[in-house]
Amino acid sequence: MDTTIKKICAGDIRTASRLIRDIEDKLPDAKAKIKKLYAHTGKSFIIGITGAPGAGKSTLTDALISEFRKLNKTVGVLAVDPTSPFTGGAILGDRIRMQRHAEDAGVFVRSLATRGALGGLSQAAGNSIHVMEAMGKDIIIVETVGIGQQEIDIINHAHTVLVVLVPGMGDEIQTMKAGLMEIADVFVINKADRAGARQLQTELSSMLNLSPKTADGWKPPIVMVGNAFDPATFDENTAELAKKIEEHHLYLQQSGMLTERMHRKAMTEIKDALSACLMEPVMHSLVTDGDLEKIAEKIRNRKSDPYTAAEEITEKFFRKQAGK
Amino acid sequence: MPERKIRVMVAKPGLDGHDRGARILARCFRDAGFEVVYTGCHQTPEQIAASAIQEDVDAVGLSCLSGAHRVLFPRVVELLREKGAEDIAVIGGGIIPEQDFSTLYESGIKAIFTPGASLDSIVEWIKTNIKPH
Repeated sequence: MDTTIKKICAGDIRTASRLIRDIEDKLPDAKAKIKKLYAHTGKSFIIGITGAPGAGKSTLTDALISEFRKLNKTVGVLAVDPTSPFTGGAILGDRIRMQRHAEDAGVFVRSLATRGALGGLSQAAGNSIHVMEAMGKDIIIVETVGIGQQEIDIINHAHTVLVVLVPGMGDEIQTMKAGLMEIADVFVINKADRAGARQLQTELSSMLNLSPKTADGWKPPIVMVGNAFDPATFDENTAELAKKIEEHHLYLQQSGMLTERMHRKAMTEIKDALSACLMEPVMHSLVTDGDLEKIAEKIRNRKSDPYTAAEEITEKFFRKQAGK
Repeated sequence: MPERKIRVMVAKPGLDGHDRGARILARCFRDAGFEVVYTGCHQTPEQIAASAIQEDVDAVGLSCLSGAHRVLFPRVVELLREKGAEDIAVIGGGIIPEQDFSTLYESGIKAIFTPGASLDSIVEWIKTNIKPH
């Protein structure tokens, strides 16, 4: 077996983190490594945590790590923060909340920057999950970037999705909207000691009562989580949250929905890989040959149109592939 | 091929809670196009070393204003060495008297920046001296 793969399967953090970086930086070698790694993946339980910036995703992740460690489960965390569209830089500050686990050998926290991805994750997230799976992590928590209403890529990667809400974000119409409010397997009303929490709970449950029984027969529970600075209540609430997550996990297994979700995940992975195999080399050669500039100029001067240009590029690409 | 992105960590070891400088630096590294992991105040050298390895950073910037740098900075270097991660460069800053510089350099600290150092000079130092892994 490849030494990198062997080390990762043995749980070596340095090697794993480096491969995640190679994936992020799109080194050609990373793809080859993922191919070899793939057979060792698919056994972890993957939890997604999403919600608005400052809703408490990192703090909840930290609390869940503690809960799962009590059960002796090993935990991997991928925490995504935004990349600057102007400089390409990023502040990755999620692990501030999780530092009490920094020295625990059973916990591996890796921060990712979005690097332009718009769905709440980074392009590298899917394969980074695979790296942690190959390491043998029992549970992988994926914390998305702080999101709005529609950045819901997480549903294509996680088995159980937590949507974290806080009181005071708008009226009940907000709970009726499509997108974010539809993807939760478990709702968390965080900072539930604040004014408006009960009202939000009522609005949410009336929304859920109106929803046709979700296609898979699961009704998302609503877990109220109080002030993190009041440890007694907070610990009790987050223990309850961990229990609900486990219930959903069991439900997925027993209902056969787990297979369905894994299938959805596989579909996403094919799409992502296809786009990496088709789009990226095409764009790369267009940029390095300087053709992209020339084509853009032709389109700008109305000597061509985007569709004709795209067809020509595609035809050229496939001819080149056939010639290989 | 896309270039390797520089990843750095900014960390505050020990009991010093004055993090304005560390935060400004983190922000300035962001604007220089680096990916910056910030771990907050009151970190032990053990937490810092473990985090640096988990995050696969190229450099760790330590900030200390309390006077405990002589113990805390070398300890981070030592721990990284123990874990086979001596390729992660450790640099330091804060209120550090000049007479401590040689001890710190000998312990493996790669650069020291004290009050008055411009943000540009720190970014420039990293760009010149840190080769991404």
